[in-house]
Amino acid sequence: MWNSLKTMWIIFLHMFHRRVTIQYPDEKPKIPPRWRGRIILSRDPDGEERCVACYLCAAACPVDCIALQATEDEHGRRYPEFFRINFSRCIFCGYCEEACPTDAIQLTPDFEMGEYNRKNLVYEKEDLLIDGTGKYPGYNFYRVAGVGIGGKHKGDAENEAPPVDPRSLLP
Amino acid sequence: MEATFYLSAAVAVAATLMVVTRASAVHALLYLIVSLLAVAVVFFVLGAPFVAALEVIIYAGAIMVLFVFVIMMLNLGNAAAVKEREWLRPGMWMGPAILSALLLAELIYILVGNEGAAIAGRAAVDSREVGITLFGPYLLGVELASLLLLAGLVGACHLGWHTESAWSSHSESLSDSHGHEHG
Amino acid sequence: MSESARIWANLILILAAVFAFSALLSWIERRLLGVWQDRYGPNRVGPFGILQIVADSIKLLTKEDWVPPFADKAVFVLAPTIVAVTALLAFAVVPIAPDIGVVDLNIGLLFFLAMSSLGVYSVVLGGWASNNKYSLLGGFRAAAQMLSYEVFMGLALMGVVMLAGSFNLRDIVAAQENLWFCVPQILGLATFTVAGIAEARRLPFDLPESENELVAGFHTEYSSMKFGLFFIGEYVGITLISAMIVTLFFGGWLGPLLPPLVWFLLKTFIVIACFVLLRAALPRPRYDQLMAYGWKVMLPLTLVNLLITGAVVLSAA
Repeated sequence: MWNSLKTMWIIFLHMFHRRVTIQYPDEKPKIPPRWRGRIILSRDPDGEERCVACYLCAAACPVDCIALQATEDEHGRRYPEFFRINFSRCIFCGYCEEACPTDAIQLTPDFEMGEYNRKNLVYEKEDLLIDGTGKYPGYNFYRVAGVGIGGKHKGDAENEAPPVDPRSLLP
Repeated sequence: MEATFYLSAAVAVAATLMVVTRASAVHALLYLIVSLLAVAVVFFVLGAPFVAALEVIIYAGAIMVLFVFVIMMLNLGNAAAVKEREWLRPGMWMGPAILSALLLAELIYILVGNEGAAIAGRAAVDSREVGITLFGPYLLGVELASLLLLAGLVGACHLGWHTESAWSSHSESLSDSHGHEHG
Repeated sequence: MSESARIWANLILILAAVFAFSALLSWIERRLLGVWQDRYGPNRVGPFGILQIVADSIKLLTKEDWVPPFADKAVFVLAPTIVAVTALLAFAVVPIAPDIGVVDLNIGLLFFLAMSSLGVYSVVLGGWASNNKYSLLGGFRAAAQMLSYEVFMGLALMGVVMLAGSFNLRDIVAAQENLWFCVPQILGLATFTVAGIAEARRLPFDLPESENELVAGFHTEYSSMKFGLFFIGEYVGITLISAMIVTLFFGGWLGPLLPPLVWFLLKTFIVIACFVLLRAALPRPRYDQLMAYGWKVMLPLTLVNLLITGAVVLSAA
């Protein structure tokens, strides 16, 4: 009985405490930069698509919300022909970002994605692609990878020795 | 006032009739509650507001809740309703109906015979008067009733008592604390 | 104005006021809970969120009114009306101010007890008619709980009746001219408050509908306006119990300076706020604890109170 009265008194004193609620639409919450929100596709510093259409994100996705089709340009550079994320399925787990070898797919702190029409939640590549580099400025996959594409041959990448010719007799 | 009396009396009779003829036990109990409420109104009109209130509180509000509680617990389904309907054959209710009709005829005879004794328009009996009467001339009756209730209380207490053997499956410490709680 | 016109005006105004206040109470309660739980509560619709009740009632009224095919239809429909009707009927005897009130009944207090005891049926029958095991369990709990707490609810008030020497609520208020009954009847006040909360099925005694074990208890199957009636009935019940506590223990409309009506409303509101505080602060007890508390603590306490009050009244006479 005494305990109950004490509890009531303590709760009554909470009247004079600060409210913890954030008045959301009027007052925006402060969201940490690593928040897992809306997914984007970033570009490398040269303005090209980072995505090499390796399908690792689609394979990692636990709810199968990512669909894409790989293709190549005339220089042998791979890119997705289409890239589609169904956000009504997405659970924002961030596995796609962890799986991505080129830092192309990234999750952003944006969460305001409400729609009246379910179909509007299916984002195509042009909705996903942004103009910047996202969280990893200065990173360009093809500049560090050994694969050769148009204008860059094998061995031209950073920290990469020229390829060895195994048939040569020179030491 | 007279109209209220006859109306509520008619409701009471009709509701009681429905109690007897319903197949579903809960529906019958609902009509019984209506009947009790109508009787309470009759008491009120006759100038006994205290009895009317007690009728509602004790009969309609407490005892009937217990009845409903038990009926709910029994979980009677459609089978019970079918059996109930079978019991409602003329052969079953003819005997009691004849006896009741005799009683009704007697009642009407008495009412018609004593036409002078008006029903309504009597002075209201307030609670103070009821109390004085109960603990004055009817003290013996009150004491006897309380003895009867005490016997019921003791019996219920005995039935509800957890004996040590019933708790033998529990650990010793548990049974100890329970013994204390009930003591 | 003729006498009957005055009574009718009183009746309609009180009915409208009780309904409006009970609807408003759902908003007041949520705001108060917010205050005591470090949050805001509904504050979006209208100034301070006061139009939330309008939004809520539109939502309630436009929902599908669904009667389950396995339910006992007649009883299912009947049950929610009982709670609202009995609570509103009981308001008829509450003396709000010297010349405001529907009827001045000689047995006003008993009438209130009778109506509150009839209110049990709505919960019990609603639980039974739903034909759902959770509803049935809620109905069982309601029947046992309200029966147990009704017993000492009436007994707790007998001390007040002894001191005032009447069942008439106006006489009881008049008898508190010198000293409010909350002082000599502090035990009665405590027990009546506990019983009142249990009768109104309010937290911490809302076991008939305890959400985390019985879905929604007796009103699991109810929707739309039928659920709305249970909802309104609960809030009318809270208002009723608060008004009765004020009338019986805190001198009703009595008070200095301010007009009687303001005093009554102010006191009632404070008691309602205490009820909300109780909800904000206390968890729900286990069912056997509830029963043991009622029969083993509260009932003896009221009997002791009755004995002492009777002895004092006798020796003073």
